[in-house]
Amino acid sequence: MALSGVQIFKLLPKTNCKKCGFPTCLAFAMKLAQGQVEIQKCPDVSEESKKTLGEASAPPIKSFTLGVGEKAVKMGGETVLFRHDKKFFNPSALAVNVRDNLSDDELTQKASEVTNSEIDRIGQKLRVDAISIEYVSNDSARYETVVKLVSSKVPDAAIILNCKDPSAAEAAVKAVVQRKPLLYCATDQNAEAMAGIAKTNNIPLCVCADGIEALSSLTEKVKALGVEDIVIDSGAKTAKEIIEHNTQIRRSALKKGFKPLGYPIISFVLRDDPIFEAVIAAVAIAKYSSIVIVNSIEKWKNLVLFTLRQNIYTDPQVPMQVKQKVYKIGEPTADSPLLITTNFSLTYFIVSGEVENSKIPSLLAVMDCEGLSVLTAWAAGKFTATKIAQFIKDSGIGDQVKNKELIIPGQVAILSGALEEKLDGWKIVVGPREANAIPTFLKSKTA
Amino acid sequence: MAYVIPKETYSGKVLGVDFGKGDNILKIGGENALPFLSFEGEIPNRPVIAYEVQDTVPVEWPETVKNQYKDVSDNAVNWAKYCQNELKAQAIALRLLSTHPDRENRSPEDAAKTVKEILSAINVPLIILGSNHVEKDASVLVAAAEAASGYNCIIGKAQEGNYKTIVAAALAHNHKLIAMSELDINLAKQLNILITQMGFDKEKLMTDPMCSALGYGLEYTYSVMERIRIAALLQNDATMQPPIVGDVGMYVWKIKEVSAKESDIPEWGLLEDRGIAWEAVTATAMIIAGTNLLIMRHSKAIETVQKVIEELI
Repeated sequence: MALSGVQIFKLLPKTNCKKCGFPTCLAFAMKLAQGQVEIQKCPDVSEESKKTLGEASAPPIKSFTLGVGEKAVKMGGETVLFRHDKKFFNPSALAVNVRDNLSDDELTQKASEVTNSEIDRIGQKLRVDAISIEYVSNDSARYETVVKLVSSKVPDAAIILNCKDPSAAEAAVKAVVQRKPLLYCATDQNAEAMAGIAKTNNIPLCVCADGIEALSSLTEKVKALGVEDIVIDSGAKTAKEIIEHNTQIRRSALKKGFKPLGYPIISFVLRDDPIFEAVIAAVAIAKYSSIVIVNSIEKWKNLVLFTLRQNIYTDPQVPMQVKQKVYKIGEPTADSPLLITTNFSLTYFIVSGEVENSKIPSLLAVMDCEGLSVLTAWAAGKFTATKIAQFIKDSGIGDQVKNKELIIPGQVAILSGALEEKLDGWKIVVGPREANAIPTFLKSKTA
Repeated sequence: MAYVIPKETYSGKVLGVDFGKGDNILKIGGENALPFLSFEGEIPNRPVIAYEVQDTVPVEWPETVKNQYKDVSDNAVNWAKYCQNELKAQAIALRLLSTHPDRENRSPEDAAKTVKEILSAINVPLIILGSNHVEKDASVLVAAAEAASGYNCIIGKAQEGNYKTIVAAALAHNHKLIAMSELDINLAKQLNILITQMGFDKEKLMTDPMCSALGYGLEYTYSVMERIRIAALLQNDATMQPPIVGDVGMYVWKIKEVSAKESDIPEWGLLEDRGIAWEAVTATAMIIAGTNLLIMRHSKAIETVQKVIEELI
């Protein structure tokens, strides 16, 4: 639990030496309580106080990165049970599981699915983040070869070594230690050996047990053995177990400050039917799993899961935005209608969807209004006649259309007069108030 | 440190609502815990999925889902029978889309006739939906409610602009009612209050806080539903305790991701599986946020969600 400024003050030397940069120890303690400064700034604090403070100020769910390099994924660090309470911070990593008894060709194929998985959605580049390599061959030399091969084919993805045999695991870890693989997993049977490998090689370790109670005692044991970066698996397999276990784990960490469960969660949602697997993966993404492991990564499945992850992890306080530009819908010509709206992603999606439904090729000018919807942007003074006129002029769209005619949302019909004055030579047409009337409107216009 | 299961204490309960009649009666709601958390409460009824049927050829549906019904979709009665008999639908949701002024603009009397024909052809419970045209629905749903008198149907959707006549009709003919508002917990609450103030029993009411498709505002629906459930269960807010309806199919099957061909956007993969998964994942997100009654279109998506419900109970 977090300490108050006064509690922290009691742990300090109380000399007011100013070496930390603050005038008094109390002032320093207050800053520490707010998490704005680190204890290391005090040269005289005792080791014991440092330890107490370190433990008390640690976040309730440990945070660290999976993998290395630019595309490493941050995990954990969550602070709420419901996204509307603040936000979910670190989106679940999506990983595919491959077995070491596949042929080299099959492995290469899987690896290329991972490297080609990137999709751009509303300006975010989304991809399969990791590959889990499972030891089933019972041949540790083969496992090491496969781990080397697959890792070399997926240079940007994180590596999860899915291997419960400590001797096979150790060789594989050494082969890819520079990639900082996640070792899966320490169990009741192998915990000492696995913890030793993780500690020696400075890599994260997953702790796996049957049920939450057994899991929490095992994480304590592994932590006592010197492993800091821990991922946890309660053995949840069904959708119900995923929801119930993950809820209990996150509640324990956040509401009870229960440290043995304050770690990112990994969920294996493996199913034979890829559509069913997508649905179970969706449950895990929505319900607190930091790493979700699937059997297959078809392109359509990736798109579905990336989109869900993006939705769930969007900051509820910050509207999603699309880029300001004139979007082409269908294959517009110089005679096609030109509409304008704001860049709130939902506004854009709904308007562009309805324009598309009309089957009439059109131009849709999307104006940066800091992600506000039409009425809100108008009320906030961001979607005004002056600003719209400026945007239309700067876009140069006037040179690409024959009739200089701009369709504005019906909600801001009030702007039409002022806009005609400011946009010389343009005719302003008031469109429908609701997007669902756009198809009828466009059809009647071009009929 | 000993582990103690962190249980929540709930002071409220979701109301249980039944619809249909005889052996085929269905019950939804009644839980006194957040979705599927059986370790701390009772979840007596599983979510129900209704197959959507329209009273006009679904010209605007994408091929993936339109093809499923191509032999029956020119006739609402055949379509409903097909869903019941071949696809084993638990319930049918009839959308009277042909009454919309921009569609065939058919009369309330025509709609009432369709309702009667369907009711005599099927025995699973029926949900009767308007065309979502506020003014027209006011007359269409009144005629439909009368035509379905005695069948214990669900009528919807009553909105701020038309709830009075629809509520009166549901009351007169003893139906259940869906109250719909637009993605705002306070609007949902306010409409429920207005409706119960008319003497409509809150135990016959359902809330539709407006659905959105995955990628198209799903997070808004998801969070509004979670907040409604938290208000109902943890704050014992009686106005937020009706079961939740998710009208999934109509929002999913109009977006680009379920109709764009793989040849046009190769990185999106197989169109058919993409569409089915889109509807199934949207619906799954809705049920884990608290939805009790889903309205869906594709049989494979419905089967997939049934399978996940099976795992969740």
